[in-house]
Amino acid sequence: MIVGEQKPLAEIMELLGAGSKAADAKKVLVAGCGTCVTVCFAGGEKEVGILASELRMKSKLDGHPIEVDEVTVQRQCEWEYLDALEEQLKEYDVVLSLACGIGVQAMNERFPDVVTLPGINTTSLSLPVEQGVWEERCQACGDCILGLTLGICPIARCSKQLLNGPCGGSQNGVCEVDPDIPCAWQLIWERAIKFDRMDDLLKIQPPKNWSTSRDGGPRKIVRDDLRLAEEEIE
Amino acid sequence: MTEERKNGYKSGSNLEKVLRAGHFAATGELGPPQGADPEEILHKARLLEGAVDAVNITDNQTAVVRMSSIASGVLAMRAGLEPTVQMTCRDRNRLAIQSDLLGAYGLGARNLLCLTGDHQVFGNHPTAKNVHDLDSVQLIRMVKDMRDENIFQCGEEIKAGAPRFFIGAAINPFADPFEFRPYRLAKKVAAGVDFIQTQLIYDIPRFREFMKKVVEMGLHEKVYILAGVGPLKSAGMARYMRDKVPGMIVQDQYVDRMAAAIKGIPKEEKKARREALQKTGIEICIEQIQEIREIEGVAGVHIMAVEWEAAVRPIVEGAGLLPRPQVADKEHP
Repeated sequence: MIVGEQKPLAEIMELLGAGSKAADAKKVLVAGCGTCVTVCFAGGEKEVGILASELRMKSKLDGHPIEVDEVTVQRQCEWEYLDALEEQLKEYDVVLSLACGIGVQAMNERFPDVVTLPGINTTSLSLPVEQGVWEERCQACGDCILGLTLGICPIARCSKQLLNGPCGGSQNGVCEVDPDIPCAWQLIWERAIKFDRMDDLLKIQPPKNWSTSRDGGPRKIVRDDLRLAEEEIE
Repeated sequence: MTEERKNGYKSGSNLEKVLRAGHFAATGELGPPQGADPEEILHKARLLEGAVDAVNITDNQTAVVRMSSIASGVLAMRAGLEPTVQMTCRDRNRLAIQSDLLGAYGLGARNLLCLTGDHQVFGNHPTAKNVHDLDSVQLIRMVKDMRDENIFQCGEEIKAGAPRFFIGAAINPFADPFEFRPYRLAKKVAAGVDFIQTQLIYDIPRFREFMKKVVEMGLHEKVYILAGVGPLKSAGMARYMRDKVPGMIVQDQYVDRMAAAIKGIPKEEKKARREALQKTGIEICIEQIQEIREIEGVAGVHIMAVEWEAAVRPIVEGAGLLPRPQVADKEHP
């Protein structure tokens, strides 16, 4: 899932222009998202409620009280869920979105007359490995190599994104960068032994084609088989 | 066809000639300054000149910004050393690496050490973005293809003169997974490496075990393996490497010997303590070289005396490796 964590309150207050009277947002809508960020406890209905209360209290204490309302839509990254907000939005100076970066941009694109600011930092495509712990598993490089690396991704999990085995900093199963990081290549090696596929690891993997990962401009998928014909679009 | 090629050498570097002639090689290391003043390089070069066959010029080692390895290598060359330019994958993508290699070769560098590079969190710019467009195995293959296939990584022909490096790489026999390490070496050999320098050895039994496997696999016949050694400066340094540096193993005997070196010398006698430590550090290193030299498959030593270049000559001399051989072109069969 897409995982994020809330920005510090001080940074959010600064984004809202609190403190500089002229730029003060008087009326703010905190907008949550009911999908990924709800599951990772960063921007769902509950977090929206807590942050909205914090903003009310903090702005009051600072002497420039802000009126803060709350809303949470099922998915901020899909037009159909956003459209319901259109009328409501006219009342606000600023929207503070607790959705991921896609949601924030979707809001700004759909409602260009209102500024939507980010309230969370979108961090990764992660797995909740245990309650309260999310660990990155995918960097969406666009050219999946999990078939070559026995189901463990060195792009996301090796600190140097190595494709041909562990560097000299792997010891006792952990990465030199941080003992809390399991060495991806140690894990790959163990899987190779388990499935008797060591020979695969001896093959030289050529330089990766990064054009699917960090190319010029946003990456885009167009599926003509799914697109609507012109007469079907309103 | 270049002169080097006519003589049957891959690069014609001094290091290549020494190894091809069957001599036990000795290489050193020189860390470029954290500034633009060339004097430090010239000073260190004077300490190393004639003591070793080639000198590694580190590339922003431990991810700390220093004078570039290529520029420093050229300065070292002017001072009479043969440089082994280190090149990491951390700071440059495949375009920058190839472009720098053309420049390094054009300026006279002939040995190249291909490294992944220390992670940036260890250095003085921990918030930098790392590159790792290639890894060290892919870098070796690219440099080999530039030399032997006359092509850039993209496959296009090099029309204005291919760089012909003697290609080196590093191997850490002490990192995990231990069983994978000989295979990691095999991959580098398959990629086209000519010589290897190992991580600092402070556990000879484990290195011996590693080399046994290497010899079993026949890798020592395909690549020159230079064993990494270095003089300890103190028991504290040995302890730090033992306990804190990932990918290093230091046997307790070395810690104990360094501690014993200053036993009985009062703390106030700083000079006497320093001299005793230096003497023991150099002694241990010489003994290590003598022991390692007997291990099958070892073609030389790489002496890493970080910020203690003055120790290199006494070590090489003490190990009976002076004077360094002078190999003329025609000596090669």
